[in-house]
Amino acid sequence: MYQWNFAFLVDFRGLLLSGVLYTLGYTVLCIVLGLLFGLIAGIGQLSPSKWINSPLKAYVEIFRCTPVLIQLIWFYYALPSLLGIEMSASTAAILALSLYGGAFYSEIIRGGIISIDPGQPEAARALGMTKFQIMHRVVLPQALRRMTPPLLNQSIMQLKNTSLVSVLALPDLVYQGQLIVHETYRPLETYTLIALIYLAILLPTTTLVKRLETRTAL
Amino acid sequence: MTEAMIEIDGLHKQFGDNVVLKGISMRVAKGTVVALIGSSGSGKSTLLRCINLLTIPDAGSVRVGSHVMTYSGDSTQLPKDREQAAFRANTGMVFQHFNLFPHMTVLHNVMEGMVTVLRKPRAQAEQEAIALLEKVGLRDKAGEFPHCLSGGQKQRVAIARALAMQPQVMLFDEATSALDPELVGEVQAVMRALADDGMTMIIVTHEISFARELADEVVFMGDGVVVESGPAKDVIDNPRQSATRLFLSRFNGKSPGRDESPRVNRC
Ligand SMILES: Nc1ncnc2c1ncn2[C@@H]1O[C@H](COP(=O)(O)OP(=O)(O)O)[C@@H](O)[C@H]1O
Ligand SMILES: [Mg+2]
Repeated sequence: MYQWNFAFLVDFRGLLLSGVLYTLGYTVLCIVLGLLFGLIAGIGQLSPSKWINSPLKAYVEIFRCTPVLIQLIWFYYALPSLLGIEMSASTAAILALSLYGGAFYSEIIRGGIISIDPGQPEAARALGMTKFQIMHRVVLPQALRRMTPPLLNQSIMQLKNTSLVSVLALPDLVYQGQLIVHETYRPLETYTLIALIYLAILLPTTTLVKRLETRTAL
Repeated sequence: MTEAMIEIDGLHKQFGDNVVLKGISMRVAKGTVVALIGSSGSGKSTLLRCINLLTIPDAGSVRVGSHVMTYSGDSTQLPKDREQAAFRANTGMVFQHFNLFPHMTVLHNVMEGMVTVLRKPRAQAEQEAIALLEKVGLRDKAGEFPHCLSGGQKQRVAIARALAMQPQVMLFDEATSALDPELVGEVQAVMRALADDGMTMIIVTHEISFARELADEVVFMGDGVVVESGPAKDVIDNPRQSATRLFLSRFNGKSPGRDESPRVNRC
């Protein structure tokens, strides 16, 4: 029978805390950038112009249908040599994860927009609003209500996906965990604690999603 | 009273192979009410939507007040988004299904165009919106959200929202068709008051007796053309064309069945 012992992890609290902060930092960046990409791709795909919507559709499909781990590695190793630019591991990781998340966000945003009754933009148009005003004042505020729960769900995925940056040796929570394991040879306790930390961060968010879902269902 | 407020000339519109408007020309004198009647699918909504550019005509011209839009069928010559928006703001539109903004209170529905399009200061817009709500008898509902209102109240808010843009003309597309019978009267009363105020109006309606009473002129549309038009009582009481006679005989002074079952919205 394995003897569980978590006490040694107290010595690594500084490392773990810095890992949590890195993970949260990457998450915030990847969510904000991902939402930006998602907004552009989601609205752009609704454009009647093929020149605008085709490339965006291609972007969404490529990033939705390939593994994010491969995207990450590809951004770090292949892209810089293809374009002849220097890219730090952080930049590559944030870019890849944001574009990946953005592809999913864009589908949520596009779906939210097309679920709005066409009478809504029409009434706004009849008042003399411009396309931008209609989006900003009438369509998006209504769509946002419906989109919030799935956007939050996707953001939860974004947080968990940041664990992949550890393959580029970026010091997130999982990477710090690996360091601790190398030093202590106690993977069971270490990874269990790390899982519990993720759980503690995400549980409030999933509870919030549940509450929002029942509210928007009314 | 002979000056035309709305002048439509040679309006054409087709959707794919479906030619809906085949060269419509009409004039609406300032301060008069024209009732547009015709069977379902005859192009009444399309004509109204072309007048405020919700639908872009293929050819022809539309003038409302001093604003003119001419279409030649050349898609590269289309007016800019902003020009069209200004044109629309001057042409109030009331829809069958109200289309109030559900995420805004009644007051903010009415203020929205004044603030976003006309760029009036909020305080002024609020004052004007309250005056308009007073006019349609809904001042006490200013703070409610649309889902709390009855259909008749919603439509009156929609009228106030359109009036807030101080349009030179008002277009009504079956404004009472989605209402429970007992709520039709309150909306018609608001329309009547507007007409009495001298507003230039085009109303699409299946309420023939309302058209006869309110409108100065009736235009009967069929198959994408104006079949018959003239003073309301003449056209309705003594139609000259057989198509008009056939259409009117189907009503027998009653309204046709509505295309939607009554819905109850209460808070
Ligand atoms: N956006 C559209 N796309 C395709 N066909 C349309 C569109 N709007 C209207 N039509 C067609 O135009 C014809 C006239 O419709 P409409 O103007 O709504 O008639 P009415 O209001 O007199 O009932 C119908 O055959 C309808 O199917
Ligand atoms: Mg119609």
